[in-house]
Amino acid sequence: MRRPSDARGPTAFNLASVALGLTFLYAPIVLLVLYSFNASRLVTVWGGFSTRWYGALLRDQQMLDAVWVTLRVGLISASAATVLGVLAAVALVRAGRFRGSGVFAGMVYAPLVMPEVILGLSLLLLFVSLGLPRGFWTVTVGHTTVTLCYATVVVQARLSSFDRGLEDAAQDLGCTPLKAFLLVTLPNIAPAVAAAWMLAFTLSLDDLVIASFTSGPGATTLPMRLYSQVRLGVNPEINAVSTLLIGVVAAGVIAAWLLQQRRRDA
Amino acid sequence: MTTSGGKSPLVRIEGVTKRFGEVTAVDGVSLHIDEGEFFALLGPSGCGKTTLMRMLAGFEAPDGGRILLNGQDMAGLPPHQRPTSMMFQSYALFPHLSVEQNIAFGLARQGWARAAIGPRVEEMLSLVRLEGLNRRKPSQLSGGQAQRVALARALAPGPRILLLDEPLAALDRKLREETQLELRALQRRLGVTFLVVTHDQDEAMVMADRIAVMRAGTIAQVGPPKAVYERPASRYVAEFLGEANLFEHGAGWRLVRPEKMSISPVPSPGALQGDVAEVAYFGDRTRYIVEVDGKALLVSRANVGGPLPFQAGDAAWVTYAPEAAVDLAS
Repeated sequence: MRRPSDARGPTAFNLASVALGLTFLYAPIVLLVLYSFNASRLVTVWGGFSTRWYGALLRDQQMLDAVWVTLRVGLISASAATVLGVLAAVALVRAGRFRGSGVFAGMVYAPLVMPEVILGLSLLLLFVSLGLPRGFWTVTVGHTTVTLCYATVVVQARLSSFDRGLEDAAQDLGCTPLKAFLLVTLPNIAPAVAAAWMLAFTLSLDDLVIASFTSGPGATTLPMRLYSQVRLGVNPEINAVSTLLIGVVAAGVIAAWLLQQRRRDA
Repeated sequence: MTTSGGKSPLVRIEGVTKRFGEVTAVDGVSLHIDEGEFFALLGPSGCGKTTLMRMLAGFEAPDGGRILLNGQDMAGLPPHQRPTSMMFQSYALFPHLSVEQNIAFGLARQGWARAAIGPRVEEMLSLVRLEGLNRRKPSQLSGGQAQRVALARALAPGPRILLLDEPLAALDRKLREETQLELRALQRRLGVTFLVVTHDQDEAMVMADRIAVMRAGTIAQVGPPKAVYERPASRYVAEFLGEANLFEHGAGWRLVRPEKMSISPVPSPGALQGDVAEVAYFGDRTRYIVEVDGKALLVSRANVGGPLPFQAGDAAWVTYAPEAAVDLAS
C-alpha cells in the first residue's frame, strides 16, 4: 500500500541527491572492479577486457596462502564470537537488572566505539606480556574479541523481543533451563544467530588493523597481504583479489540481512 | 490431614508470602484445593493471583510459608520436576514446532516411549476436537484453535493439577462463553484438578467448584460460587462479584443484590420513593438506576416480554424482602 506522501514520486532534487550519494559511495569500488578486468598491466590505462589477472591470482601461492589464513581465522573467530555473543546476550537480556548489569553491558559494547588501533595495541601488549608467540591463534583471538560485541548486539536485539513464556512453558513440560534454551529458544533465534555469525565472519575477513598488531610470521591475512603489496605498487592482480573480497563480503552482508528479515516473517 | 467433602486435599498452601522488593505480592495466603476440584483464583490485576499460581508451578519461590502437593513439600523443586502443567495466558506455543510436535513436547521430555507418544497426541487432539491439524504451525491457527492446542499440550503428560492462567482472556465474547462450558465439561470428564486464574467473575462463577476471591495479596473469601455471591464476607467481595446495593447498617453494611430488589409504580409500606434515572437494556434483563434521596440504587428485572414497565423520569418505589438482605461486618 502506498502512503499518500509517496504518491507524488521522487522529485528531480531527490533523484540528484540519491545519484550523488551512490556515486560517492560506490564509484571507487566500481572503478576497482572494472580495472580488475583490464588487459593492460598499467592500472589506470584501459587495455581491453581480460580475465588474465584472475588467472595470475590462482598461480600466486602467497596470495592463496593469505586467502586460506583469512578464511580459517574468519571461520574460527566468527564461530567463537557467536557462541560467546549468544551467552553475553542471554546474560544481558535474561538476568534482568543484576548488580553491575549496566557496567557489564557497557563493557560488552565498548569495542564498538573503541578505536581499532587502541584495541590492536592492547591485544598486542597482552600477548607479549603473556609470552604468547604471535601468529594464527593470536589473530583469531583478536578477531573474536572485536567481533564478539557485534554478535552480542545482533542476538540481543532478537532475544529481547522473544517471549520468555516459551521457555517457562518448556520448563513446565519437563525441560531443565539449559534444555529449554537449546530446544526452544535457540531454534527460534537461529536466524539472528546465523546473522551474527555472518557479520562476525565478514568483519574478520576485511580487518587489517587488528590483524597487523596481533599477527606474526606465517599468519599473513589477505588484507595484510594486499596492503603490503599496494605499498610496492598497485597491480591489476590486486584489483582482482579485491573484487573477489568485495563479492564475498557483499554476499555475507546480504545473507545476514536476509536472515534477519526471515525472523519477521516467522 | 483435614478433608472437605470427603475428598483429600491435593494442594495445601500454608501461609505463603512472596515479596518483590518493597511490594508484597502474596501475603500469608492459606488455602487447599481438593483432588478433582475446579478451583478459581479470582481478583483484579495485581492482586497476586498469578504470582500464587507461578509459585505452585515452581517459577517463583515463596519467601515464607510452604506449598504441599499430594502431601509433598514443593520447596526447592524446579518447574520441570513438578507434577503440574501450566496453560499460559499467551498460550506460549512453540512457533518452530507443529501442533503435534507441540503436544508431544512434554511427553518426550518425560520419557514416554516413542510408540506411545503418537497415540497420545491423537487422543489429545480428539479431546480438544482438533483432529487433522497435526502438521499446522501455531502461526496458522485461529485464536480458539491455539487455545485448544495449548490445553492439549498441557494435559498430554497427565499432570496432577492443571494451572490455567487467564485461559480465555484472548478469546472473543461468544467463543469465551462456549469455551467456559467446554472446559468445565472437559474437567468433569477427565477428573483432573484444575486451578484457573482469572479476573473475570462470570468465568469463575460458570466454571469453578470453589472460588477464592483475592485482594491485595490476601484471600478475601473462599467458597462455592453461589455462597460467595449470595453470602459475601465483605463489602469488597460483594462489589467485586456482581452488582451490589449497599446500605449503611450499624458499623457495617447491608447488601441487597439488584435482582432481589422490588420495584413498583405505586407506593407500598416501607418502600423507598425515588425516580428512575437511567434504564439500561441488556436483552435478557433491564437494569434501572433509581435515585432515592441522592443515592443511586440498582434494580435488575428479567425481560419476560411486553413493554418495559419504567422509563427514565418515572416515579418508582423500591423495596426488598428482609431475607434478601445480607449484613456485612466490613
